[in-house]
Amino acid sequence: MIGGIARSGFCHSSRDRCGRLARRLACAIGFLLFSWIGAQSASAKSIVADIDHHLIAITTDFSGEDVLIFGAVDQPGDVVMALWGPLTQVQVHHKERVAGIWINRDMVTFGNVPSFYGLASSRPLTDLLNTSLLDQYQLGVGQLQIKTLSADADALNDVDTYRTALLRQRQRNSLYADKVGRVTFIGDTLFRANLRLPSTVPTGKFLIEVYLVRNGEVVDAQTIPLVISKVGFGADIYRFANKHGLAYGVIALIISLASGWLAHLIFRRR
Amino acid sequence: MLGALVDWFLSFQIYLPIAEVSISVLLLLTLGGAVGFLSGLFGVGGGFLMTPLLIFIGIPPAVAVGTQSNQVVASSVAGVMVHWGRGNVDLMMGITLLAGGIFGSSIGIVVFALLKHFGQIDVVIAVAYVVTLGAIGLMMTVESIQALRRVRRKAPPRKLHQHTWIHGLPFKLRFKKSRLYISAILPIGIGAMVGLMSAIMGVGGAFMLVPAMIYLLGMPTGVVVGTSLFQIIFVSGYVTILQSWQNQGVDILLAVILTIGSVVGAQIGGRIGVKLPGEQLRLLLALLILGVGVLLLVELVRQPADLYSVMILGISH
Repeated sequence: MIGGIARSGFCHSSRDRCGRLARRLACAIGFLLFSWIGAQSASAKSIVADIDHHLIAITTDFSGEDVLIFGAVDQPGDVVMALWGPLTQVQVHHKERVAGIWINRDMVTFGNVPSFYGLASSRPLTDLLNTSLLDQYQLGVGQLQIKTLSADADALNDVDTYRTALLRQRQRNSLYADKVGRVTFIGDTLFRANLRLPSTVPTGKFLIEVYLVRNGEVVDAQTIPLVISKVGFGADIYRFANKHGLAYGVIALIISLASGWLAHLIFRRR
Repeated sequence: MLGALVDWFLSFQIYLPIAEVSISVLLLLTLGGAVGFLSGLFGVGGGFLMTPLLIFIGIPPAVAVGTQSNQVVASSVAGVMVHWGRGNVDLMMGITLLAGGIFGSSIGIVVFALLKHFGQIDVVIAVAYVVTLGAIGLMMTVESIQALRRVRRKAPPRKLHQHTWIHGLPFKLRFKKSRLYISAILPIGIGAMVGLMSAIMGVGGAFMLVPAMIYLLGMPTGVVVGTSLFQIIFVSGYVTILQSWQNQGVDILLAVILTIGSVVGAQIGGRIGVKLPGEQLRLLLALLILGVGVLLLVELVRQPADLYSVMILGISH
C-alpha cells in the first residue's frame, strides 16, 4: 500500500476530486479526532496528519503562503513529508552561439516533472532512510523520477545535463526545495511543519505525502490533497482571456480607448 | 504614520493575472511615469523603451509585447486629441498608412505565434529591437547633428522634398493636408513594414513611422506626429485584439497601471518639451534610441548566465 503511494500515488485525471474534497476533509478530521481519543488503542494507523487549508486561493495580492501541516504518531518516530505539484511535461532548450548571438538550439522534452516540489523532515534524510528507499519514495530533488520523452539527435548524449539544468533552474526559482524544511515534534507524538509556497507557485491539484519512519523503514504513510487555484477578479480575467480571447481583446481595446480619452479630458482643463 | 504608509505602498505587490507574476505596483507606476515623461518630452509613444523594460523586470516577453500594444492605444488616443483639435491630422494619409499597417500587422501576429511555438520568440524580439533601434538611432543622430550645424551656419533649410523615381510610381493620390501628390504604394508599403515590426516588437512604431514620413514621403513636420498617432491607434488596437485572440498575451491589469503612470508622466514631459529647442531634443532622442539599441545588443551577444531555458508544455498524462 505504501509502495502504491510512491509509485502511482496520484492521478490527476479524476475530475471529481474537488467534489470529493469536502468529504475527504470531513474524513480526515474525523480520523484525526478518533486517533487522538483512542491513542492507546490505535491499531489502524500509526500516523495521522492534516493541513490548515485544503484550498489556497491566489488572489491579486497573493505573495506566497505557508502551508501548516500537523499531525500525530502513535509512538515516537521520524516524519518526512513531500509536497508535490501537478506533474507536467516540459521542454528544455539549450542556447548556442549562432552568428554571434545566443539562440535556442537543441531541445529535450521531459515528462513526470512536478511543477512544484517541497520537502520537510524531522532529521536529515540520509540519517533516516538508505538511498534505495529515498529513490523509491522520491525523497530529494535528485531522486525525482523524471522521464525523458524525446530528445534532439545532438542532445541525446547529454540528456542528464539537460535534466540537471531543469532541476537547477527550478531550485533557483524556489519551485523545488533547495533545502529540506523542518518537521518539529511537540512532545513525542505531535508534529508540525511549515512548507513555504512562493508567489510563483503553479496552480492545480497538489498532494502532500507524509511518511512515518522508524528504524530505517517507512512504517506508515498518508496522502493529503491540496488545491491551489486562482480565485477572484484575477482568476476571472485569466479564464476569460483563455476562453474568449477575441472578446477579451475587444474589452482590452475599449478600456484603453476610454482611459486615453479620460486622460485627455483630465489634462485639457489646465 | 506617513512612513508606514510609504512602506505599505512600496511593499504592495499585485498579482498580474496574465503575466502570472507578482510585481510591486509602485515599480510599475514609476516605470510608466518615466517612459511617459520621455515620450511626452520627445513626442513619441515610448513603446521601444517600455517593452524591453517590462521584460527586464520579469514580465514574460510575449505578455510584455501584447500588453504594450494595448497601452500604446491609450497614450495615442490622449495624444491624437490634441493634434486633432489643431487640425494636424492628415486623414487621407492616415487611412492609406493604416491599410498597409493592418496588412503588415496581420502577418506579424502569425509570425509571432509561429516563433512562440518554436521557442524562438525571445531572440527574434531582441534582434528586431537591436536592428531597428540601431538603424533609426544612427540615422537620426547623423541627421540631427547635420541639422544643428545648419542652424549654426544659418543656412537655408533643405527643400520640402526632392523629386526622385519614387514620384514616378502609379496609383497617385492627392494628400491635401500634407501638400503631396504621390503614389499610394509608398505609404501603404511603409505602413505594412511598420505594422509588421510593431506586432512583433509590441511598439506603436512612431519612432519608425515619423522618420519615414518626413524623409521618405516628405510630409511637413506639423502633420507628421498627429497623423502617425492617428494610424497607430488603429494598428495597435488591431494588434491588441489579435494578440489576445491568438497568443493570450494582453494583461489588462498591467496595461491599466502602466497607462496611469504614463499619462501623468507624458503631461509633465510634454510641458517641459515645448520649452526646449527642437533640434537638441531630436539629438537627445536619437542618442536615447541608439543607447537602448546598444544595451540590447550587448545583452544578445553576452553569454547568458544559464544556457538552458525551460518551457512548460502542459499537464503530464
